[in-house]
Amino acid sequence: MKTELFAKQIRRKSLEMVNHANASHVAGALSIADVLAVLYNSIMNIDPENPLMEERDYLIYSKGHTCVALYAALALKGFYPVSDLDTYGKKGSPFISHVSSKIPGVEFSTGSLGHGLPLACGLALAFKRQKKKNNVYCVVGDGEMDEGSNWEAMLFACQNGLDNLCLIVDVNKLQAMGKTVDILDLENITAKFEAFGWICRRIDGHNLAEIEKSLSLFSTSSGKPFAVICDTIKGKGVSFMEGELRYHYAPPTDTQLQEALNELN
Amino acid sequence: MRTAFINQLVKEAEKNEKIFLIVGDLGYNVVEVFEKKYPERFLNAGIAEQNMIGVASGLAMQGYIVYVYSIGNFPTLRCIEQIRNDVAYHSLNVRIVSVGAGYAYGSLGASHHTTEDIGVMRTIPNMVVCSPCDPIETVKITSLSAVHEGPMYIRLGKAGEKEVHVDQYSKFNRLDSLDIGDIIPVIKNNENIAVLATGSIVYSLQRAIIDTKLSYDLYSFPFIKPIIIEKLKNIVSNYANIICFEEHQKSAGFGSAIIEQVNDLYAMGTINSYPKIIRKAINDEFIYEVGDQTSLRKKEQLSL
Repeated sequence: MKTELFAKQIRRKSLEMVNHANASHVAGALSIADVLAVLYNSIMNIDPENPLMEERDYLIYSKGHTCVALYAALALKGFYPVSDLDTYGKKGSPFISHVSSKIPGVEFSTGSLGHGLPLACGLALAFKRQKKKNNVYCVVGDGEMDEGSNWEAMLFACQNGLDNLCLIVDVNKLQAMGKTVDILDLENITAKFEAFGWICRRIDGHNLAEIEKSLSLFSTSSGKPFAVICDTIKGKGVSFMEGELRYHYAPPTDTQLQEALNELN
Repeated sequence: MRTAFINQLVKEAEKNEKIFLIVGDLGYNVVEVFEKKYPERFLNAGIAEQNMIGVASGLAMQGYIVYVYSIGNFPTLRCIEQIRNDVAYHSLNVRIVSVGAGYAYGSLGASHHTTEDIGVMRTIPNMVVCSPCDPIETVKITSLSAVHEGPMYIRLGKAGEKEVHVDQYSKFNRLDSLDIGDIIPVIKNNENIAVLATGSIVYSLQRAIIDTKLSYDLYSFPFIKPIIIEKLKNIVSNYANIICFEEHQKSAGFGSAIIEQVNDLYAMGTINSYPKIIRKAINDEFIYEVGDQTSLRKKEQLSL
């Protein structure tokens, strides 16, 4: 599947899942869909037939509340049938509304923010110490960067030369209660990462070619951890959701779902 | 205890190349012996406990058996959500090792009094909670921890604790077969009252009973969770009076764990009588004055 179509399908499935389960957090799933599509289509060394392949790359998905995008991406890649997604958020289903490592392809369960990057540092350190070639990718949200544990981990990653670690920050500029700039302003985030000793690129997180190009610059011989700051739009791809805080919580109604799917046709 | 722990860990690391030690910038003059011998399996993560537990979890995901060493509340309360979500939820082989149980760092003040950790750690699923009373139990628990599958919390005293399980004091010093959940008889003269205790306070209770010829039997509990229920049943069936001792808040601690299990044994009809259980513990308060471990125990009336 071409990356553009893959990203569109991630968005469509995400919207359907959140609507069917009457769940939340669809807007943050839409903002990260393009990054996930590129990661799984052309960057990461993975095998859907063998999710535990020893030499695989790891994705630690720290913004676990936007799990629908990851669940959809993995299903569309063939880790499990797309029809399994129908159980999302339903009683007894393993597809919990914060990402669960019981699902094939999901490396680590998250939900509480600020846990993914330290964990990713531990994985990257293990691969270094064991002289293995696996890369570790970690996705965090910009609101999540409020958590102090991330800044501890940023110091740690540089101190330990974790050049097999690539952090992707989904800067969609909205967090639970409002604009990130009004709550705990992260800017200038690139300067902050560079001051912490990271190699840092800032890109349009919806430009597939740009995402792919920046991720391919991630080199495991630099001696430094790598961060890609992705400027994104919360709710991207559905006009009435874009930049609208309410869709951090509200699921699309049946009518809205239809409207959204039409836009993503 | 900390010396007994690190020396045994070095021995285990000789046999098992998966053993990894992380310190939170603490352990000066203690951990160097490990660092020198196994630099590739040692790391000072700095004063950043949340990250430290996440890093430990990542290492454990790649097959390491990771010991996280720090003091007091820093590797527990400071990063309890990382312990719950990262370590315990994923059932990883991480061992949280905290030095300075109870009032071991008495004069350093309440920030360094480790008096709520049992309550917090024992409520977390998958977590084994160990609280050795002396260097001998510490060595045995360290050995067990090198092979156990799943997370563990190891609550150590500090340095210089006397040995409880030695011949001149105890007839029950054979710990070779110590299993997770075991209870160790320390003094057993078939008296009517049993003292159940955990941690280094066992030694002072042992001395009090022997030196002043008190009519108590004494049991050490190196594990607060799990406790082998059959062994506990045998004890509570034989004594009408039980006194539980711990250097920890009364709420949710060791004595509470005993009462919960005795209650369940009685409710299920496994035991026919319900013993009178007194809990000697810290009485829901902080201490705002200088005092060493002995004086603070006395202040909290932690004696027979």
